[in-house]
Formats: sequence, C-alpha cells, structure tokens
Amino acid sequence: MREVTLALPMVPEMEIEASKTATAIAESIRMSPDRIDEVRMAVVEACINALEHSHASDREVYVTFQVLGEGGDPDKLRIMVRDTGIGFSPDGLEEPTIEGKLKAVRKRGWGLKIIRGLMDEVEILSGADGTTVVMSKMR
Amino acid sequence: MTESLNITVDRREGLAVIYTEGYINNQGGEEIAKAAYKLLDEGYKTLLLNLAGTKIVNSIGISILIEIIEKMIEIDGKLGFCCLTPTIEKTFHIMGLAQYAPIYPDEATAVAQMRS
Repeated sequence: MREVTLALPMVPEMEIEASKTATAIAESIRMSPDRIDEVRMAVVEACINALEHSHASDREVYVTFQVLGEGGDPDKLRIMVRDTGIGFSPDGLEEPTIEGKLKAVRKRGWGLKIIRGLMDEVEILSGADGTTVVMSKMR
Repeated sequence: MTESLNITVDRREGLAVIYTEGYINNQGGEEIAKAAYKLLDEGYKTLLLNLAGTKIVNSIGISILIEIIEKMIEIDGKLGFCCLTPTIEKTFHIMGLAQYAPIYPDEATAVAQMRS
C-alpha cells in the first residue's frame, strides 16, 4: 500500500490543491479520466465541508490518499479527509432535495449527498475530536 | 492558488448565452448570478449557461445556480445548461437540478429546444 498525507491550511481554494494531488495519484493507478473527475469533485466537497463546518482550532485539513490492490497492481484509491473540529452527527442530517432547497432561504448543504453519489464507498466517522470522511473508488 | 471564473455573454434574439471559463465556487457562482440578473433586467427571460470552459464546480457555487433557477421559476423564465463534463452533469442529476433546468449536450441543440 502506498500512502500520501497532505496537511492543508484552511484557506480559500485549498480544496483545489487537494484535488490536484487526488488527480495525480488516481492517474498513477490508471483510473479513467471520468472517474478521476468524480474523485476530484468528492475531494473538493469533503475539504469544503471541513473548511466550513469543522470549527477546528488548528485550522488544518488532513487529506490522506491510499493506493490499494493485490500483487503490485493497485486498483483502488481510498481517501481520508480529516479535521480536528467539533464533529457532527451524520444521522442527524436531513437529506437535501431540490424541491426543499428551492423553497429554502439556505440553498447549501449538498456536500455529503454529492460525495455519496460520486464515490463507490463512503463512511463518515465523527466525534468530539473531529471528523474523518473515508471514501473509496475502484479504478 | 486562485482559480477565477471568466464570464462572457452573447445576447441573441430572445435568448442570452452565458459562457463560463474556470472554477464555479462561491465567487464564480456570484459572478454568474450577477450576469444572469443583469440579463433579466434587460428583459431576457431565456438563459442558457454554456459550461464548456468549466471543468470543476463545487456545491456552494451550484447553490447559487439554484438561486437563479428559483428566480427563473418566479418570473416564468427558462434556464438551461449545455456542454457539461460528465461529472458535472452527474452532479446536477444527483442534486436534481435537471428537473428544473434542462441539460443539453451541445449549444445548438439547447438553443433550438429552448426557443421552441
């Protein structure tokens, strides 16, 4: 297993830096361009969620990329986006719908829905010491 | 590190096309909204967003596009999208935008269908 971790300061467009690394690593396992685009978008959303909602005192987002697979032929990319913020209850979040958002003052809150729609596997680990979004995609 | 959005507008008979180039984030979404509302003030009620030059969006930017859709519904106007990357199109479907703002494969198809 190969692993790379980035520690990114919570500044505007830090998500772009994470998405560039995601692209380079996904290309290294010969993931198709369309699937790489989906990974990029999911990484962007996970980073933005950390930036906007974590309230992490260290103002950093940690993004770990793991390349997984048998016999020297990696076929899976796992990405963990972690913050050290206040955490949240994923089960307590209402699933956004376009009908609801069109009527609502606040149109945001789509990040997790987009991540779940674009990645093959998604798990949210959250508690008082922060949140980690674990997401994977096969090549 | 900044990935700004450039916008150009093509005003045609009864329809305006907004072309984007770059990242649609919160600032990018606001730029699109500003252009769209200016066109509405000028009397255009049919708007096409051509995203051929945009390879990445985020949900904050898309939320601003939802505000534009809401406005178009209010005034009984039409908003459509064309030339999306497969991932942006998939994302719009995940969010349900396509129910309220049709997605067309190319500009010529979009213009023909939105004028009909």
